[in-house]
Amino acid sequence: MDIDLITQILFAAVKTGTPLLFVALGEVICEKTGVLNLGQEGMMLMGAVVGFMAAYGSGNAGIGIIGAMLIGSAMSLIFGFLVLHLGANQVATGLALTIFGTGLSAFIGSSVVGHTIPGFQPMHIPGLSELPIVGKALFSHDPLVYLAVVMAFLVSYVANRTRLGLTIKAVGENPHAANAIGIKVLRVRYLAVMFGGAMAGLGGAYMSLVYTPMWVENMTAGRGWIALALVVFASWRVGNIVLGAYLFGVASIMHLVLQGMGWSISPNLLAMLPYVATIVVMVLISADQFKEKLLAPRSLGKPFDPRQMA
Amino acid sequence: MSETLKKQSSKFRLELLNITKQYPGCLANDQICMNLMPGEIHALLGENGAGKSTLVKTIYGVVAPDSGQIIWDGHEVDIKSPSKARDLGIGMVFQHFSLFETLTVSQNIELCLSPEQLSSIGDLAGRIQELSKTYDLQVDPTRYVHSLSIGERQRVEIMRCLVQSVKLLILDEPTSVLTPQEVAGLFDVLRKLSKEGCSIMFISHKLHEVTEICHKATILRGGKLVGTCSPAEETPATIAKMMVGDLAEQDAGYTKATGEHIIFSAIGLNLPAKHPFGTSLKDIQFDMRKGEILGIAGVAGNGQEELMSIISGEDNRTVNNAITLDGKDISTLNAGKRRKMGLAYVPEERLGRGAVPDMSLSENTLLTHSSGFVSKGLVNWNAVKQYAKALINDYSVKCHGEFSEAKSLSGGNLQKFIMGREIGQNPKVLICAHPTWGVDVGAALAIHQALLELRDQGAAILLISEDIDELFLLADRMSAICNGHLSPVVRTEETTIDQIGQWMAGTFIESNPSSQEVNA
Repeated sequence: MDIDLITQILFAAVKTGTPLLFVALGEVICEKTGVLNLGQEGMMLMGAVVGFMAAYGSGNAGIGIIGAMLIGSAMSLIFGFLVLHLGANQVATGLALTIFGTGLSAFIGSSVVGHTIPGFQPMHIPGLSELPIVGKALFSHDPLVYLAVVMAFLVSYVANRTRLGLTIKAVGENPHAANAIGIKVLRVRYLAVMFGGAMAGLGGAYMSLVYTPMWVENMTAGRGWIALALVVFASWRVGNIVLGAYLFGVASIMHLVLQGMGWSISPNLLAMLPYVATIVVMVLISADQFKEKLLAPRSLGKPFDPRQMA
Repeated sequence: MSETLKKQSSKFRLELLNITKQYPGCLANDQICMNLMPGEIHALLGENGAGKSTLVKTIYGVVAPDSGQIIWDGHEVDIKSPSKARDLGIGMVFQHFSLFETLTVSQNIELCLSPEQLSSIGDLAGRIQELSKTYDLQVDPTRYVHSLSIGERQRVEIMRCLVQSVKLLILDEPTSVLTPQEVAGLFDVLRKLSKEGCSIMFISHKLHEVTEICHKATILRGGKLVGTCSPAEETPATIAKMMVGDLAEQDAGYTKATGEHIIFSAIGLNLPAKHPFGTSLKDIQFDMRKGEILGIAGVAGNGQEELMSIISGEDNRTVNNAITLDGKDISTLNAGKRRKMGLAYVPEERLGRGAVPDMSLSENTLLTHSSGFVSKGLVNWNAVKQYAKALINDYSVKCHGEFSEAKSLSGGNLQKFIMGREIGQNPKVLICAHPTWGVDVGAALAIHQALLELRDQGAAILLISEDIDELFLLADRMSAICNGHLSPVVRTEETTIDQIGQWMAGTFIESNPSSQEVNA
């Protein structure tokens, strides 16, 4: 492999990993409060289509981003209301949200199929982008790539260093106890779900504004699911999520690379790679029950009704 | 003590006036009035469902009363939330601890403090250590809660209240999870606090504790206040009478039995823990004999759960030749096959393990009773219903009939039903966990009778309980479990509460590492 190819792989891996990182950062906070939102894919698609339409209509990619985050949180509010207020099953509701988002995004996006927008200009970090290999691969990206890294630091800081992080962990660990010491469990969960929605919308917008600046039906192609798997893969730790997101990014583009190197493997087979990796990691993690129990938020997926005091 | 109380001030620390709380289908608190002086240790007594928990949760701001007034230090207050209660100086130690296992001790304490309180304390870890010394409450602030014993966790809860200079400490059944020695330590702390002027509200079922430590007692029955008394002037029997209404037979002192024929043995049972918060079993060894009740005392979480699930077959790991029933090795059989051989099991957790919450009582009967009711793969529902009806009658289970869902029954009634169902199979061996936990005095008596009857019919019963008084009442032979080790087995009349209490704390482990069975 020549140097150029390595640079290209790294560059593409970071780009591919970025939307995963956004979505997974939102979901990890959500899951830390004990809410499992399987609607990531649906929220991403809505973010992608609304983000694209807003950017296309206004001619401003920034407005697209804001629109995507708003629609993501709006979608998550539907989920939050059903799950937190009415105590609906989280898994079923999350799946419904994905199906709903997939259909609705295809419906409202039909008018903008085939249009393109300019997207974001790359931002070369002075000095660093001049470095050999890594300069081109890591420091010549669009602003959202850097934003994702900054968000990762921020989420990690909040989760591990602040009282808010402690509160979030407490709610996910034992909501009844949290309620008893005066933490507003449902409020914390609502906010976490909305943060998750906004981040999923942002991840979706990255797809339609930056990754491939256009809207195609179902364009996220299962990235929402990969992000969900990524959270488990990372055992709810932000550092691992960053690593995992870029690793999955590499896996996703491997089929292009291998083809370029002249390997005659069916591209369909190679396109499966990230999904196979997801399954393998999930199996490995759940095989170690000991570890899973210690790391997973204890009340993940369990509804909490403050009126029913244990 | 009562004299010093009078000298202090005539002003009450807390006064409750006509507190009423209606839940759907149940009046939990009906016009309750009571008051507390500074430094007073006040017992709140009553059977399960008498409304004690609702009342203290009202004081702590978890439950909003429908009507009534709360007067705190002479001012009427509206305690909207636990944080408001804490601001006033009210602290509460819950029955089921409200700690977060994956956080450290100091993080747990920090969560309870407002940012202002936190900044006024400054060095939280230092303050915790200082309080540990003052009150002799040993807690290491850097440890994770999941690695602490139950007694240590309670200390953390108390510490959590002390850190914010508490004026009223509410303890909901604090002693039910402690060894007798730990109880003594807790009482020392409470007395110290009381001397400093902190009022204490103490919920308990154990009457001798109330007479030992409390200055005053308020007794609730069915949501109503039925009386107040000075426990020092009463005996446990007279207080029990006030609690139950009509006289219940306390301390009936059942006759003890001696079995000859060994029907069940565990031989050198070793088993690693299945999950991080579990306990591994270490060389457990005991025999059960026909017509005898073997009691195992122990504080929760010392391996009882693991022991029961390996015996019942719920834990499907094989332990070679370690468990025999009727001389046959059953360690490779699954739970269903063990049941067919005459092993019945009443698990600790009633809803979810003992019974399926969303199924009717007749369906729940069928769960462990399939043999007589199923022919050629078809269920004879009429017979099932008849049987469930008979169980409901025989054990006076309060419910709307055999169609009631298991989850609609109160804990005590469901327990009576499950006990009846298991006893109805005429088991050779019955494994029974906490048979009367959360059951009122009347129902407990009925369950005791049923167990003794079963024993007298020749069954062997393994009774695992945290209630040491109950074990002494029922068991013919006794043992204790601590950290996965089983103590020697002795005849009940040849041991004392003090010895069993020490065994519960693990003193036998060093002195007798092989934990040989003492021949009875």
